[in-house]
Amino acid sequence: MSKFLKRAAQGAGVPHEKRTSDLETVKMPLPSKIVLSMGQHIGAPAAPAVAKGDQVYVGTVVGKAGGFVSCDIHSGVSGTVDGITTITAPNGAVQTAVVIIPDGKQTVDPAIAPPAVTDLKSFQDAVRASGLVGLGGAGFPTAVKLSPKNLEEIDVLVINGAECEPYITSDNRCFLEDTKFIMDGIQAVMKYLEIPKCIIGIEGNKPAAIAKMRSAATPGVEVKELPCRYPQGAEKVLIENCTGREVPFPGLPSDVGVVVMNVTSVAFVGKYLATGMPLTTKRLTVDGDIVKEPKNVEVIIGTPVQELMDFCGGFTDEPGKVLYGGPMMGNCIADLSQPIMKNNNAVLAFSKKMAQMPKATNCIHCGRCTNACPLGLSAKEIVQAYNDGDVELLIELNADLCMSCGTCSFVCPAKRPLAPSIALAKIMMKNGGKK
Amino acid sequence: MANKLIVNAAPHITGADSTQKIMGRVCLALVPALAASVIVFGADALILTAVTVASCVFFEWAYCKLMGREVPIADLSAVVTGMLLAFNLPASMPWWMAIVGAFISIVIIKQLFGGLGYNFANPAIVGRIALAMGFASRMTVYPFPDNGIDALASATPLAVSGQLGSSEYVTLLLGQHGGVLGETCALAILAGGIYLIATKVISPLIPVTYLGTVAVLSLAAGRDPVVQLLSGGLMLGAFFMATDYVTSPTTNKGKLIFGVGLGVITCAIRFLGTMNEGVSFAILLMNLVVPYIEINTRQDKLGIAKKKKEGAK
Repeated sequence: MSKFLKRAAQGAGVPHEKRTSDLETVKMPLPSKIVLSMGQHIGAPAAPAVAKGDQVYVGTVVGKAGGFVSCDIHSGVSGTVDGITTITAPNGAVQTAVVIIPDGKQTVDPAIAPPAVTDLKSFQDAVRASGLVGLGGAGFPTAVKLSPKNLEEIDVLVINGAECEPYITSDNRCFLEDTKFIMDGIQAVMKYLEIPKCIIGIEGNKPAAIAKMRSAATPGVEVKELPCRYPQGAEKVLIENCTGREVPFPGLPSDVGVVVMNVTSVAFVGKYLATGMPLTTKRLTVDGDIVKEPKNVEVIIGTPVQELMDFCGGFTDEPGKVLYGGPMMGNCIADLSQPIMKNNNAVLAFSKKMAQMPKATNCIHCGRCTNACPLGLSAKEIVQAYNDGDVELLIELNADLCMSCGTCSFVCPAKRPLAPSIALAKIMMKNGGKK
Repeated sequence: MANKLIVNAAPHITGADSTQKIMGRVCLALVPALAASVIVFGADALILTAVTVASCVFFEWAYCKLMGREVPIADLSAVVTGMLLAFNLPASMPWWMAIVGAFISIVIIKQLFGGLGYNFANPAIVGRIALAMGFASRMTVYPFPDNGIDALASATPLAVSGQLGSSEYVTLLLGQHGGVLGETCALAILAGGIYLIATKVISPLIPVTYLGTVAVLSLAAGRDPVVQLLSGGLMLGAFFMATDYVTSPTTNKGKLIFGVGLGVITCAIRFLGTMNEGVSFAILLMNLVVPYIEINTRQDKLGIAKKKKEGAK
């Protein structure tokens, strides 16, 4: 009851559309080229470590981390560097990219070997060398995440397997197909970071994954079934629902003794410790109303979207919109030559009809945005303050707390684009009042 | 490029609900009460409702046409206002007066303030109050159901509540007594209200706290709470008028305060004032304080420490 009055935080009942959840992952054949962006993570972009004409192998470093919060980029094919070019990321940033033409042999780099991990330091170094970033979508370098300043205060590892975005089932497939690697990864993180407890949070719409993980769970590892309410997989929401702790703002999960890892990330840690093969492939859900053969695909990072779509049978109708990620938070891509990045977990293609957003009408003050917001923000007030240019009110309303989950826009019966307006409001706050 | 892809900000899907669907459900929820009023008062009730709905929609259309605005009548909000206005009038109301009420509701209260979402008070409530003030004699001539032929001065149960016994509860529930269209059959209003709560159009908080407060205060004042709850415009007001989105608070905390405030004002007018009916004034008064309730009942935000009050350690 007190929670009821404090913050309704109802979330949204988004459609599931998980029609690929039973489709086993298939491996996509070699693409004709791969384009490796040097900016596939949060933080400083990597610097190209190869030049045109260089021979590279599977696992060869082609981009060197550009700082502490950065990440190495590895080739997923053996072949020749065709050149260094630039690509425009969905957020508008122009990134350097290395183009590699595969030779078809898939020769593994001779330097690849399972890492020698004995203690925390060597574990963190191994994760750093693996090129791993948060695979749930954020793309935050995992090695940085596993180096919290208050390590001794961390007592819970939360594994994010909520997968609350519609359509996407790649995490579900990970639970079912990589169970052993997940448990190996969890045990390694718990062992080297000395975390006594682990909670795996999975939305109730993945009963097979929940059952499989429950039978595989070792002492100290708990599988928690979560209600199907979007955004269940948002870090702060997940932490609150799994541990009852509120991450302070501004602050990090480590401030309340929690480290959160996506299930695919932790599975990769397990796999990397066994093989030493860096992050060069990714499991993706390819779906959408115009995709001929929706699939879960294991694809080499850097593969152009066009070739991935061709592998899935192409389009049944003219595409209106193609997304990296889910329909709630995914980014539109402007053309199909864009490559797959490390943090992609889905590519969705929609018809022109579905791509068109409905027309916005007057706000009727129904309060659904306020009651749905997982963080307790009042979207309608923030947007009004933004329209009025009232920065003081934006600060009072904590507009900068917004994580752009899109729940407010989804539930709005007047179809107002609230989430994008709040994103603009955040920029206005930063600029001290200028739109 | 031959085929250009659409690029826009997330999210890329929206929920199934729309303003039109919500308003449509409100209209549907009013149908049982309309049917009951037709049974009780005859075809007059239906004709009166048709007149107010048609004139509300017409005024909305005409005003927006005149002002060069987009015509929003497809959102059905004018239909809801029309139905609610009719439910606040006696069946014997002359048509032209009902049309004046529709004009006040739609043009003066709604459109002059900016249209849907910008009205400071519930349009139908103000329409009713304006008519009650301007045409007091016609507004209090309640046709008595058993007569059925013409208007006959008959008190609402509230005015004679001292004479009512518990055997009259059934009469109140079924609405076989004098009154305006929407304040007769409590059962029909309740059915509509439950439908709105079940389809999540409204939250039960406002009606429950409003009715609860009236019940408690009635007991405290030594009046029969059942009669108080079932008579007058309370049921209609609690489920359909006080829950109007535009003029009620959005947070759970705000709704609680709003509901209690409505109950207190209603009882104050009923028990202490000279008027029989307090619901419409209670709603209007509470409508006016909604902006203050809103800014003082914001939700606690996740991870944001509450500001300590000055002087607190």
